[in-house]
Amino acid sequence: MRTGLIARKMGMSRVFTEDGAHIPVTVLKVDDNQVVAQRTTDKDGYTAIQVGTTDAKVKHLTKAQRGHFAKAGVAPRRKLVEFRVSDDALLPVGAELSVNHFVVGQKVDVTGTSKGLGFTGVMARHNFGGMRASHGVSVSHRAHGSTGNNQDPGRVFKGKKMAGHKGDKQITTQSLEVAAIDAENGLILVRGCVPGSKEGYVLINDAVKLKLHEGVPYPAGLVESADAAAPAAEAPAEADAAEEGN
Amino acid sequence: MNVVEKFEHEQIAKLMEGKEIPVFAPGDTVRVAVRVVEGTRERIQNYEGVCIARKNRGLNSSFTVRKLSYGEGVEQVFPLYSQRIASITVVRRGDVRRAKLYYLRGRTGKAARIAEKRDERPKKAGK
Repeated sequence: MRTGLIARKMGMSRVFTEDGAHIPVTVLKVDDNQVVAQRTTDKDGYTAIQVGTTDAKVKHLTKAQRGHFAKAGVAPRRKLVEFRVSDDALLPVGAELSVNHFVVGQKVDVTGTSKGLGFTGVMARHNFGGMRASHGVSVSHRAHGSTGNNQDPGRVFKGKKMAGHKGDKQITTQSLEVAAIDAENGLILVRGCVPGSKEGYVLINDAVKLKLHEGVPYPAGLVESADAAAPAAEAPAEADAAEEGN
Repeated sequence: MNVVEKFEHEQIAKLMEGKEIPVFAPGDTVRVAVRVVEGTRERIQNYEGVCIARKNRGLNSSFTVRKLSYGEGVEQVFPLYSQRIASITVVRRGDVRRAKLYYLRGRTGKAARIAEKRDERPKKAGK
């Protein structure tokens, strides 16, 4: 299991392919993703790496956060996310991830926080049909109607779809295709749409429902080494060294 | 310039390499050479008609061409930067006063004519 990347949704666009087709894409910007901490089986009972992105001002951090970044010896970051990885995909603290972590044609899962839409009725929230416009219906044209039976069961079942807050919750869109990668500008173009508003943070992971695409750098695509083969050989050794250091 | 605009700019520059789009406006009669793939063979099919609308949205720009095919009005919307368009030729320039010529949809024959645009200025000496 490889790590994922933190990206920002920049908006949507289109890409023209060689044969003239054009595909709708979401532009995701990956900004200096860096490993800030490790979670190891010995210490934490599971393996994961904590990745940070977007430089933060020191004055905006709490003392605890400053200590955390100082211990890692990396620049303070605004957004921290933990990615579960397998033992052999553990990366050393300070390693910088690049967009080459993913390859074109690969399928990815993108997790984001959907746009908050506030308190909405059942028609907007659960796609209910509403009631009739005429035939004796008064006032309640957009109401949900009955919520259950009578004396038996004598209550409304849990999970009954009703009006309430819509959006602003975590959503993962699975198996989106990576349409193109712009390494120069740190962009990943994913076919189709991605949950959340523009400028919002999203997490990109390998698709869980499919086999790992061939040719992806394992354990990760790092910034320092341009070619994909080198980090695959180096990184595990570095990871071991870092573990010993801890 | 934001990230998406910059990306689209670069896309346009890349798509326009070795290609040229002539200046044309609504009212002009244009001939669009479209690459058509039939099985494994690729050939070029011409589509000639009046450009009745242009949409200018950077990479998402498009134009609409209307023609009469066997007495039936046919309209096709082409993405301006599509790779399937081999070339665009302006056959005739039309003199119109609107940006969108949707009024042509209800008309045929004599009523659907468009006057030709003429450059009345005297030609410069030496040219």
